[in-house]
Amino acid sequence: MGYRHVVGQRTHAFADLATLMAKATPVRSGDRLAGIAAESAEENMAARWCLAEVPLAEILARPLIPYEADDVTRLILDGHDAGAFAEIAHLTVGDFRDFLLAASSETLARIAPGVTPEIAAAVSKIMRNQDLILVARKARVVTRFRNTIGLPGTLAARLQPNHPTDDPAGITASILDGLSYGCGDAVIGINPASDSLQALGKLLHLLDDVIRRLDIPTQGCVLTHITTTIEAMNRGWPVDLPFQSIAGTQAANASFGVTLPMLKEAREAALALKRGSLGDNVMYFETGQGSALSADAHHGIDQQTLEARAYAVARAYEPLLVNTVVGFIGPEYLYDGKEIIRAGLEDHFCGKLMGVPLGCDVCYTNHAEADQDDMDTLLTLLGAAGCTYIMGVPGADDIMLNYQSTSFHDALYVREVLGLRRAPEFEAWLARIGLADETGSLLPGDGGLRLLEAAPGLAA
Amino acid sequence: MSRSDDLWGRLAALTPARIGLGRAGNGLPTREVLHFGLAHAEARDAVHAPMDAAAVAGAVEALGLRSVAVASRAPDRATYLRRPDHGRRLSEKGAAALAAAAGAPVDLALVVADGLSARAVHENAAGLVAAFLPYAEKAGWSLAPVVVAEQARVALGDAIGAALRARAVAVLIGERPGLSSPDSLGIYLTFDPKPGRSDAERNCISNVRAAGLPQTEAAFRLSWLLGQALARGLTGVNLKDESDRALEQAEAQVQLPADRNG
Repeated sequence: MGYRHVVGQRTHAFADLATLMAKATPVRSGDRLAGIAAESAEENMAARWCLAEVPLAEILARPLIPYEADDVTRLILDGHDAGAFAEIAHLTVGDFRDFLLAASSETLARIAPGVTPEIAAAVSKIMRNQDLILVARKARVVTRFRNTIGLPGTLAARLQPNHPTDDPAGITASILDGLSYGCGDAVIGINPASDSLQALGKLLHLLDDVIRRLDIPTQGCVLTHITTTIEAMNRGWPVDLPFQSIAGTQAANASFGVTLPMLKEAREAALALKRGSLGDNVMYFETGQGSALSADAHHGIDQQTLEARAYAVARAYEPLLVNTVVGFIGPEYLYDGKEIIRAGLEDHFCGKLMGVPLGCDVCYTNHAEADQDDMDTLLTLLGAAGCTYIMGVPGADDIMLNYQSTSFHDALYVREVLGLRRAPEFEAWLARIGLADETGSLLPGDGGLRLLEAAPGLAA
Repeated sequence: MSRSDDLWGRLAALTPARIGLGRAGNGLPTREVLHFGLAHAEARDAVHAPMDAAAVAGAVEALGLRSVAVASRAPDRATYLRRPDHGRRLSEKGAAALAAAAGAPVDLALVVADGLSARAVHENAAGLVAAFLPYAEKAGWSLAPVVVAEQARVALGDAIGAALRARAVAVLIGERPGLSSPDSLGIYLTFDPKPGRSDAERNCISNVRAAGLPQTEAAFRLSWLLGQALARGLTGVNLKDESDRALEQAEAQVQLPADRNG
């Protein structure tokens, strides 16, 4: 069924819901690359007017990718909570925006299981940046493994101590640096340069050793392919959080070499290890707009809607952490600072609306038209929006993945400006070890020396 | 905040990461902000520098190999950055050049591609090929002419490998320049290359550069992966890189007799 909207003398026609949603999306390079973006500013706005009038029930009834053809669609529809949806079933997309602006945190938590990714994406397309911030701030998602992540007034940070050759001493040096700035409550997460099993084993033991010797209430993760992590668990190695990059279509996940049963298998294996002292959120996922198009697996659907579908995949496995790696994929998908900022806010909003603990790797590559000033802007906006966590990379320069993210200093900046605290168990540890005061502010003096007093052999 | 120069000097020597920077309030000290800004400026400039294809071909031919020059369908850098689909397809001229160069089926086609850092290719590609050749000779692998590809993405290797009737293709390509690594080369190995292969069907060896993975070790890993790929008929997530263990075992075997003798 088609859609149409009249502007003055012109009638804008949209062949189907996927086309309408693509044309209504704030324009970005990835949708242009796919040949599905609005071709004029007027067409873009006509599509938004038209989309605002579409009933949510109609979006639910018209899957963008057929149920028979795609296991992510089946996951979305089979897991849909009709009871939670009943409260919003009578609304159009435009009504839903108004509803969200007025809704309480309790209401947002209640409807989350009834919000499909297509509904979240549709309403985001007619929202301004301030709407995305305001509603996301009210939608709280709390998860636990060895600490409590996502409480109101908090922002966590992943300590990302990557090294170009996975050198254990170099990685340990970066971990000590990050901890000395009070970073690492979300996870200490290494992207390995090697995908070999032996390298993975060494890094898993390194993380386990640091966390146990310093008695840090946090978790470790080596971000390698899920099948490799399953093999590591089979060998009895210390895995806290299985990791996987995921996308919003079955074919895109296949291009990552991952299937839904693999995710289930990894989660069950990690749960059986019982390594979380406070909770059972054991999975860590990363996503990013453009991954489906990059894998030629986008079905003519816009990249922001497909990104929201990836959160439906994540949601099914009750993750501890999910983050969009918003500017990592490159300028062919998000061209400049403006597109990256908008995408970061959309991704965070959609994840939170769906009940997913969304963080953001606020980042860009050197072939994008962006710089650290753009990252400061997005970081500040996400801090205001209640973002679950950000990355902490030494000096914002990831020397293994070759891109720029946020730094340990950036996390301190956003805490100071917005009054955001760390996960409470981690903050208590910082006070206990003498790195920070009871308000979470770093104490004067060299934190590195204090860490080495607590665990003398670490820098050996 | 006072930082112990002794401690952080020692730790900073362990990694090229930007650690031990200190802080001004909660922010970065001025000199670090300026260091970062300069590094970003240099990386931005590096992305746009063109590959010297003739020099790369000359260096390959000096190793006793033949070479063929091709380009993708992206006519310039600006198009290349916005249209990765053009960078994955051969230009008509390039396809014709490969058709002319193709001979009997071979085990491996090596492709040297500019990707996002011509500098990485200039500094690492020929040395890596030189380090790999003894392994190829020992294993008896037959090689296609080395293809030097401009404005190329990784997947251009699929079309090249198919055109050259290669059982596997290894694409040596400039990785996206990092602030501290404008010279990093990646190697993507794909068994049975043909257009339409997905990234999950490739094995990757990344960060080949002077301050990263040495060319000799990268050559060993490539030969190990290629040996496995040709024997098992696959690359990708089902082929785990266990070359570390092979390397350790090789070293252990060398040491054992010495221990006995000693």
